[in-house]
Amino acid sequence: MGEYRYQLNFGPQHPSAHGVLRLVLELDGEVVVRADPHIGLLHRGTEKLIEHKTYLQGLPYLDRLDYSSMMANEHAFCLAVEKLLQIDVPVRAQYLRVMFDELSRVMNHMLWIGTCALDLGAMTAFLFGARERESVFDIFEATCGARMHPNYYRPGGVYRDLPDRMPQYKSSLRSAEELAQMNANRQGSVLDFIDAFAKQLPSRVDDFETLLTDNRIWKQRTVGIGVVSAEQAVAMGCTGSMLRASGIAWDLRKKQPYAVYDRLDFDIPIGTAGDCYDRYLVRMEECRQSARLIRQCVDWLRVNSGSVMTDDRKVAPPPRAEIKTDMEALIHHFKLFTEGFTVPAGEVYAAVEHPKGEFGVYMISDGGNKPYRIKLHTPDFVHLSMLATMAPGHMLSDVVALIGTYDVVFGSVDR
Amino acid sequence: MRPSLQQLKKALTGILGNGGAGFIEAHHELTLEVAAAQLPTTMRRLRDELSFDALIDVAGVDYRDFVDRDPEAPRFAVVYHLLSTRRNWRLRVRVFIEDGTALAVPSMVPLWPSANWMERECFDMFGIAFDGHPDLRRILTDYGFTGYPFRKDFPLSGHLEMRYDSEQKRIVYESVTIVPRDNVPRIVRGPHYGDDTPMSPSPDEPKG
Repeated sequence: MGEYRYQLNFGPQHPSAHGVLRLVLELDGEVVVRADPHIGLLHRGTEKLIEHKTYLQGLPYLDRLDYSSMMANEHAFCLAVEKLLQIDVPVRAQYLRVMFDELSRVMNHMLWIGTCALDLGAMTAFLFGARERESVFDIFEATCGARMHPNYYRPGGVYRDLPDRMPQYKSSLRSAEELAQMNANRQGSVLDFIDAFAKQLPSRVDDFETLLTDNRIWKQRTVGIGVVSAEQAVAMGCTGSMLRASGIAWDLRKKQPYAVYDRLDFDIPIGTAGDCYDRYLVRMEECRQSARLIRQCVDWLRVNSGSVMTDDRKVAPPPRAEIKTDMEALIHHFKLFTEGFTVPAGEVYAAVEHPKGEFGVYMISDGGNKPYRIKLHTPDFVHLSMLATMAPGHMLSDVVALIGTYDVVFGSVDR
Repeated sequence: MRPSLQQLKKALTGILGNGGAGFIEAHHELTLEVAAAQLPTTMRRLRDELSFDALIDVAGVDYRDFVDRDPEAPRFAVVYHLLSTRRNWRLRVRVFIEDGTALAVPSMVPLWPSANWMERECFDMFGIAFDGHPDLRRILTDYGFTGYPFRKDFPLSGHLEMRYDSEQKRIVYESVTIVPRDNVPRIVRGPHYGDDTPMSPSPDEPKG
């Protein structure tokens, strides 16, 4: 006690700093007096890099921002470009986008609960989370070839439709029964696999809840910690589950619907206390709602076929077969993949309800084939900025709970 | 969303009383251009009277290389994105910083605490200062970094690169050795590119 204050460097290599956060803490005993987060250790200048690339070349950078919910990032970028180009996206592509957005949300929350519980001393949740994520990775891989950085959405639609077959496990080391069990829900199409995944998901979420919701240690670490009042949350720029945990039913999927969210049925969970525990409960319920959304999309996609890419040849490449016979198609293909498409001059802001909050893309075009300026608004940057005001008065161990429930990924904090 | 945009326009004209001047409406979004001197009062009224309770984003823009730009127009601007969670409105507010004046605008931290890091980022990337900001330090770039990387005259590869020197046994900074290259040049087509108008014959060709 008294005047002596201890200065502690938390990170950048600390596992519960969730990446490369250097947090300079001033402690009085174990109580935090001042917290100064130093970010930017992962700063890559994504915005400037995209300004030097054509729109199609810029798209993969979006995957590398928040690398735990990649598809949602791509969605915001595509919405911004489509708004500037004033093109329509086929409905089937919009359903696919919503489905993959929700799969990303599940994937993000599974990583979040896994790592957050690990920080607060629970090991099993991480293993459960990794298991669910593996299924989503398999879906991504089957659909677009990449697991982590799918680069699946395109301005004007998505890269391709879902494949007819779900890849199966092959092994010379495992027994036939074991393989048959592993491949049990991989017998049909990718859509069948997604359907099975979504049907099973609520019970998998229950597994987490059995582990944590009434767990005495978990509650001691989270209940009443890091309380954000509703007014404070709005003034601090909170969005997404951070804002909803404080009791404000704000969700862009409902309030400013994009894609086909206005045709789907789902609820928005909100919290009452705005503490770490409520954020946990809100995110768990969001996983269940995502399962509902995914199943609605699956049902729609089963009965409705159609194109998944706009047929505007100034934006979307022509089919391969057409290139062989049609001169115009050949020219379009060549122009698209050499100089890219040009976007009319103007500026737009497109936002999506990202798993972490509002992810926005502010894009200025001067009529060129590359964006003139792109500003990426990432929710976790804003949420982490709250730490300096939230942490003082908490114990050192609570800072871990705070960072954990802010759900930060440094790819998108630092950009 | 269109009716709410009309309501927003009406409400804005109501409190600003300029007959709708300074509004730009495009893509169902509304942009308001404000002079730097009027920024604090305008923003306060937007927050208190129109319930724009959240400042979503602060973006710096360097218009130096913008095609067809008025050469007299200011180079730098700061763009704010406001959101009203109560009325479900969005508004973009742009402030141009007149060339030749101090590169600074009033800070919005007293109005919205969320401006803190966003303004620091803008300062870090563009060198735009925010008067009244409580803690205007660099945020994303390396300790000891010089220059403003998102300005258009800052090269993509930067100026310095660092490596570990095994003889000196320390990290050394050197000028970049990367040769700047641009595989796909920036191309701007006019708004009428690709129209079916016949091309005018070149002067060399004999007129038939």
